[in-house]
Amino acid sequence: MSEPTPSPQNEDLSQWSLVLTPKARWFDLGLGELWRYRDLIMLFVRRDFVATYKQTILGPVWFLLQPLFTTIVFSVVFKRIAHISTDGLPVFLFYMCGIVAWSYFADCLIKTSNTFVTNAPIFGKVYFPRLAMPIATVITNLITFSIQFSFFLVFFAIYYFKGAPLHPTWRVLVTPLLLIEMAALGLGVGCLVSSVTTRYRDLAMLVVFGVQLWMYASCVAYPLSQIPREWRWVFVLNPMVPIIEAFRFAFLGSGIIEIWHLAVGCSVAAVIFVAGITMFRRMEKTFADTV
Amino acid sequence: MSTVIKVENLSKRYRLGVINRTMLYHDIQSWWARLRGRDDPNSPLLQKNAHQHVTDDGILWALRDIDFDVKDGEVVGIIGRNGAGKSTLLKILSQITAPSSGRVLIKGRVASLLEVGTGFHPELTGRENVYLNGAILGMTKRDIDRRYDEIAAFSGVEQFLETPIKRYSSGMRVRLAFSVAAHLDPEVLIIDEVLAVGDASFQAKCIGKLGDVAREGRTVLFVSHNMAAVENLCSRGILLEDGKVVFDGTQTEAIHRYLNSCIVHQGCLRDRTDRGGNGDLRVVAIEFRNGEGKPLSTASSGQDVDICLRFENKSRKAFPKLKVQITVRNELEVPIFTQDNQITGENFGAIPESGYFICRIPRLPLPPTTYHIEFTVTEAQFGSALDKMLDAVELTVEPGDFFGSGRQPRFGKSVCLVDGSWSIEPAGAPVSV
Repeated sequence: MSEPTPSPQNEDLSQWSLVLTPKARWFDLGLGELWRYRDLIMLFVRRDFVATYKQTILGPVWFLLQPLFTTIVFSVVFKRIAHISTDGLPVFLFYMCGIVAWSYFADCLIKTSNTFVTNAPIFGKVYFPRLAMPIATVITNLITFSIQFSFFLVFFAIYYFKGAPLHPTWRVLVTPLLLIEMAALGLGVGCLVSSVTTRYRDLAMLVVFGVQLWMYASCVAYPLSQIPREWRWVFVLNPMVPIIEAFRFAFLGSGIIEIWHLAVGCSVAAVIFVAGITMFRRMEKTFADTV
Repeated sequence: MSTVIKVENLSKRYRLGVINRTMLYHDIQSWWARLRGRDDPNSPLLQKNAHQHVTDDGILWALRDIDFDVKDGEVVGIIGRNGAGKSTLLKILSQITAPSSGRVLIKGRVASLLEVGTGFHPELTGRENVYLNGAILGMTKRDIDRRYDEIAAFSGVEQFLETPIKRYSSGMRVRLAFSVAAHLDPEVLIIDEVLAVGDASFQAKCIGKLGDVAREGRTVLFVSHNMAAVENLCSRGILLEDGKVVFDGTQTEAIHRYLNSCIVHQGCLRDRTDRGGNGDLRVVAIEFRNGEGKPLSTASSGQDVDICLRFENKSRKAFPKLKVQITVRNELEVPIFTQDNQITGENFGAIPESGYFICRIPRLPLPPTTYHIEFTVTEAQFGSALDKMLDAVELTVEPGDFFGSGRQPRFGKSVCLVDGSWSIEPAGAPVSV
């Protein structure tokens, strides 16, 4: 701390540890700073996890009831009543696989989409990289997903040993990649929405509804094979379609998935992710004035 | 000593009205109106008597071209009236919001305390909250591990650290929160008025801790209304007024100027139009003084206060039976008391051309909050009102030693303080029949 004070003309800013200017630089994702706050992210994860289930009777059992009941309802409505094909797969496993994967994505999206509004009291009082909040949410949801997915694997094992026509392939190894893609997509859309809702609060109303509509467009309740061949490309533009099809293909051995489907999905997800984070980073600088 | 904070041409502006617009529908409505050349239905209605730093196009300059440097180890007090831009400056320095133009350069790790206990979660235990709050304030898990025992000891709630803090009293929560904050280890510390928490003994402990921090050679920026704390802790004072730095020098001089500016600004009624009466006599200013006649910007409970109404008698009439009445209302507009010189049986006699009507309130019996003062001047002989104003000035009352016991009462919902004394008397031997 003994170096001389620089003259104002000296534009070498490297000796300053913090430079506050009106706007964030484009595409500066601030990942280095996030890494320094990794302890905080893990504490947020712990807080969310503990706080959600501390005063409920059933505790983490809720994690299991949600997919279980949704699967039962889907089996009744879409299979028994509407007679929609499940590609010859056991009905229960077909729906559960899609629902577990979808709910990870949907939870990431919905919970990150109100980051600014729900955390306004904290964000208005102290600085830490704002992205820590949505990232913690994505990690918390990953824990939920692991529990639900293990539950799915239990049913899978039961069906498998009862001799159901299941053909898991080596492609189950791509599961982590699919998870990363879903996380990136959910986080990206969530960040976009949360940036916009700081200014337009009414868009928050659309989110839950929009996610529900998105689910019906994402092959959760029906296989892609039910879509006429000439329209499939439209579905593939929705990155969730190849992800869910890939899940079913990897674990259950049936589904329509081509490499270019996944490539398109990944590209769309990557673009949305970068756009979402960039918007978020630009919004975090001034959101305190708008909320 | 090197410069650790450099503020260059810093400005922050807010667009009035736009801030609270939260519906897409309204934006579209405004856009459609502009397209047809109509008036924007959502444009803010600017009051004529709004602050001077609001320009015609509805832009409020919360800060305008602020420049200052802070050297390593300085303890700087930032003072100014409400709305002078202190909080905005603090928010920019602590990265909560970005400046509109200009920039700030900071060297070293910064911790800002605009509130204690940010992010406390009621379901988590004291220990978990220490870790969470510490991490939010920028500590790593290792830092907290190292200082955990000190934090626990300082808080004085060690035995409850495994209990969820929803079971804590608010005092315990504040102690724990301040304890975490006190063990931050930054090079630059930015503090808002977090000292106004807890009971008197804990406050003394906090101020003591802050003094230690200052003496350790840490750089501290301290925003406060507590002039005694600024005087004692700081070595330099920056006075803000309407978003500009109007004084930068020793803390004593800054406080002196601040107190003077308060009186001039607050009490001047000359240009106000929201008044009644025929105008034969006008009250042009209201000032507050303490028992020794020194001007006050705020009063404290239990202090002798003179409410001084400066008048000008342009008509030069004598007004032999003049009645001057004041009514003090609290912030909920509940009238607390009314006073006039007729009811106390004091006649002013012939009224000079200008002067002060002084109302002495001995041992101010008001709990701390903000009060509004209403006055009426009437010629009692004919009952005609000369001058009156409903919400003439505000009087801010700060906690004080009303009971002379050195204790801060819990004011709760009480609207006034009443003196009294307690004693005990044995019931005496039962009377045998």
